[in-house]
Amino acid sequence: MSTTDPTTEHEVEIQELDRVTVRFAGDSGDGMQVTGSQFSQSTAVFGNDLSTLPDYPAEIRAPAGSLTGVSGFQISFSSSPIYTPGDAPDVLVAMNPAALKRNIGDLVAGGAVIVNGDAFTPNNLAKAGYANNPLTDGSLKGYNVHEIPITTLNARALEGLDMTPKQVDLTKNFFALGVMFWLFERSMEPTLEWLEEKYAKRPVFIEANKRALMAGYAFGETTEIFHTHYRVAPAKLAPGTYRNITGNEATALGFLTASQLAERNLFYSSYPITPASEILQQLAEYKNFGVKTLQAEDEIAAIGAAIGASYGGGLGLTGTSGPGMALKSEMVGLAVITEIPLVIVNVQRAGPSTGMPTKTEQADLFQAVFGRNGDAPVPVVAPASPGECFAYAIEAWRLAIRHMTPVVYLSDAFLATGSEPWRIPELDELPDLRAPDHTELEGWHPYVRDPETLARPWVVPGTPGLEHRIGGLEKLDVLGTVSYDPDNHHRMSLLRAEKIARIANDIPPLEVFGPPEGELLILGWGSSFGAIRSAVERLQARGKSVAHAHLRHLNPFPSNTGDVVRAYRQVLVPEVNMGQLLFLIRGTYLVDAMGFNLVRGKPFQISEIQMKAEQLLGDL
Amino acid sequence: MTDQQTPAAAPAGEPILLTKKDFVSDVDPRWCPGCGDYSILAQAQKAMPDFGYRREDIVFISGIGCSGRFPYYMNTYGFHSIHGRAPTLATGLKASRPELMVWVITGDGDALSIGGNHILHSMRKNVDIKVVMFNNRIYGLTKGQVSPTSDFGQKTKTTPGGSVNYPIHPLVVALAAEASFVARSVDTFPDHLQETISRAGHHKGSTFVEVLQNCNIFNDGAHREFTDKEVRDDRMIFLRHGEPMIFGKDRDRGIRLNGVRPEVVRLGDGITEEDLLVHDETSEDPTIHFMLGRIYWPEFPVPVGVIRNVSRTTHDALLQGQVDEAIRREGRGDLRTALGGGETWTVGG
Repeated sequence: MSTTDPTTEHEVEIQELDRVTVRFAGDSGDGMQVTGSQFSQSTAVFGNDLSTLPDYPAEIRAPAGSLTGVSGFQISFSSSPIYTPGDAPDVLVAMNPAALKRNIGDLVAGGAVIVNGDAFTPNNLAKAGYANNPLTDGSLKGYNVHEIPITTLNARALEGLDMTPKQVDLTKNFFALGVMFWLFERSMEPTLEWLEEKYAKRPVFIEANKRALMAGYAFGETTEIFHTHYRVAPAKLAPGTYRNITGNEATALGFLTASQLAERNLFYSSYPITPASEILQQLAEYKNFGVKTLQAEDEIAAIGAAIGASYGGGLGLTGTSGPGMALKSEMVGLAVITEIPLVIVNVQRAGPSTGMPTKTEQADLFQAVFGRNGDAPVPVVAPASPGECFAYAIEAWRLAIRHMTPVVYLSDAFLATGSEPWRIPELDELPDLRAPDHTELEGWHPYVRDPETLARPWVVPGTPGLEHRIGGLEKLDVLGTVSYDPDNHHRMSLLRAEKIARIANDIPPLEVFGPPEGELLILGWGSSFGAIRSAVERLQARGKSVAHAHLRHLNPFPSNTGDVVRAYRQVLVPEVNMGQLLFLIRGTYLVDAMGFNLVRGKPFQISEIQMKAEQLLGDL
Repeated sequence: MTDQQTPAAAPAGEPILLTKKDFVSDVDPRWCPGCGDYSILAQAQKAMPDFGYRREDIVFISGIGCSGRFPYYMNTYGFHSIHGRAPTLATGLKASRPELMVWVITGDGDALSIGGNHILHSMRKNVDIKVVMFNNRIYGLTKGQVSPTSDFGQKTKTTPGGSVNYPIHPLVVALAAEASFVARSVDTFPDHLQETISRAGHHKGSTFVEVLQNCNIFNDGAHREFTDKEVRDDRMIFLRHGEPMIFGKDRDRGIRLNGVRPEVVRLGDGITEEDLLVHDETSEDPTIHFMLGRIYWPEFPVPVGVIRNVSRTTHDALLQGQVDEAIRREGRGDLRTALGGGETWTVGG
């Protein structure tokens, strides 16, 4: 639909769209992550549903202008609910030739490209590997290219400020942001407020970035190069108060909330590792909630200190990514045998070994479920979207406390850095996690068990009369003293397994989206939720017998999982790994499920899952 | 700097009247007959009542090795953790429960090989834990392999041709890691050992005590050359704060500095006590403490006693201080405010 906007001076066509995907790309020093997150913030406040995907190199500053140094941020926003940051961008903002080269192939046919024309120097073109200037050689004729001399225009807008040319140049991303704000009718207010706060001590930077932003906005408004601007109406989200939140933010908030709900102090100890470090940084800001944080000397110390804190009656929490998880595994086993509540966060990244630290993957599921010596079962939970990280951080603690066990919480780089609008819950919607320490002498032994959950009592140092010793050696059933008795070891192994298995009675059943039985079930877990759900919605809209089920509890599985996977002729398990959930499902339920596995350090695209499903349905 | 010397004794009220036997658990110790660990256990149990802590407020945490069994024999709270990692559990426990008294029992392999990193960092953070390291210079529990403190050239099951590794000097490691209390004693010196443990227990801050301990099965006589009754006075020096460094059965020898190097001198012939070093355990400058941690038989007498004892604010106090300060400045955290942080918008019903 096109109308004419009477508020602007010249005739501008307004195009109403349901959904737009924008990608900002530039040098890793160009501030693309800031640009993207400011655009997201304004979009969130505007009321669109949105989903974001930052994509940045592991090097903090790769050589300027190089292909390896390109940093990107993709946002998809919509007037209806969406679940993914979009497959192919409709609009690409490219701050230099390398950014153009790396990203142009992803753009939809006929998509819009906004480039900083000033950056297309012979030197930069050579660094990007362009023999000819793509802006002039006709290779971009399939796209709608807008070349803007951003560097020059921005420098002019900042004339007279007491800044070095280098400092001036660093603000050009805000010029580009201003253009985008105009193009999509976003408000500049949230960004202006953010600048005031961010540079409170450097007023000249506030002024500079403000000028850059407004110059970009004015450029959009007054020049003729854009004939259209785009309107994406606010989405109809469930009533409530919302904020835009990343997975790591939601994770940290969830843990803070869990400690308040449990009325126990949170103790987070961690070692810096991409992409989990933000959780430590954020929790360190919650000191006035009694939260204590420790940047430990290594991964092992981090989990050891967390176990020490839980032993003392606190909520001992540790977080890491795959390589750190590998180092922690002996300690997880210690928490299993001592039956101490503990939560271990793994924000997964592409492996093995150091792998691709900033890229996403779901390949630590086996590690979470099995990665210890001995039979050492541990519950595993995995949120499906950035906002859901909040609820599952709380769920991890609910299970840990109620069942006296370490729990692995599996996030990933896509969830951690991606964002979406999140409805802020009312406090009375949240579970009660209070569980008083055991202080009763009568009938007490360290390993006496709750008949329902098989959990042992949480007795903390300082409790008179209950002094006892625990540790990593096998325990005598009930009494908890050291035991090498063969039958006792067998019994304790069964008890540890049964204790975790019974958690299936304490978690909700696996929900099915779509027909309860039929031709095809797509079964996923973790961050692939959005792509699967979107693909299934599209297939269902075309009358296909396709259902989606998404596991948030990976060990144990919800008790109806077997019934669900047996109710369809075909089961497809898409994962960003080589088939780990697939293996578990096949092994547990003896169903002939099929895998769909793409491990490129990137989330699935909707179209990929849709196409795979269509293949299975015989449509292709 | 705050004065951290006074232990956080139990809350006012009933005085705590405990004796050694209150700290004896119902588990019979199971070390080899004749093991030095029995003596360390007995002296620790004797020292405990004096600290003013209730039994339930004391926690012993150990790693792996013969020393790791120690907590089972103490009638307090106890945690037998995994190899080398006891200081990490102790750090987390003390940080979250500052009112507890936390001991770490470890060995030369546990503390200085597999757990070396944790010793360094718990000491430098001045975590208020009392580390007692049993040094028998061998891996005993695994039946006789070379340890980080084994002698160069020592023949063990894993070094049949003699060890090619130079030994670590444990006290130098503790000093380099900025431990605020560093001491050494010997399993066969009951009074000295009890006194050393007692002083360690009264110190507030990172505490490292090396106990020279004999493994009569796999490294018998590891320290005999200088600890035997007949020779110890001539081959060891018992350090006392504020006293000159004199040793010898006849107290006729001492240690003085010659330039920047220590040397053993005989008193007389113009050399008097005035020329000798005077032990100052509270010296902020650690130079002489490093020297004392380094000198060893046969070049020098082996120093025992408290080598360093300085006061620094503890890790748990600093952490708690930041929490208290944040609450004072911002008020107690409000969950609703935290959840609603950042830009928000409202969607109507």
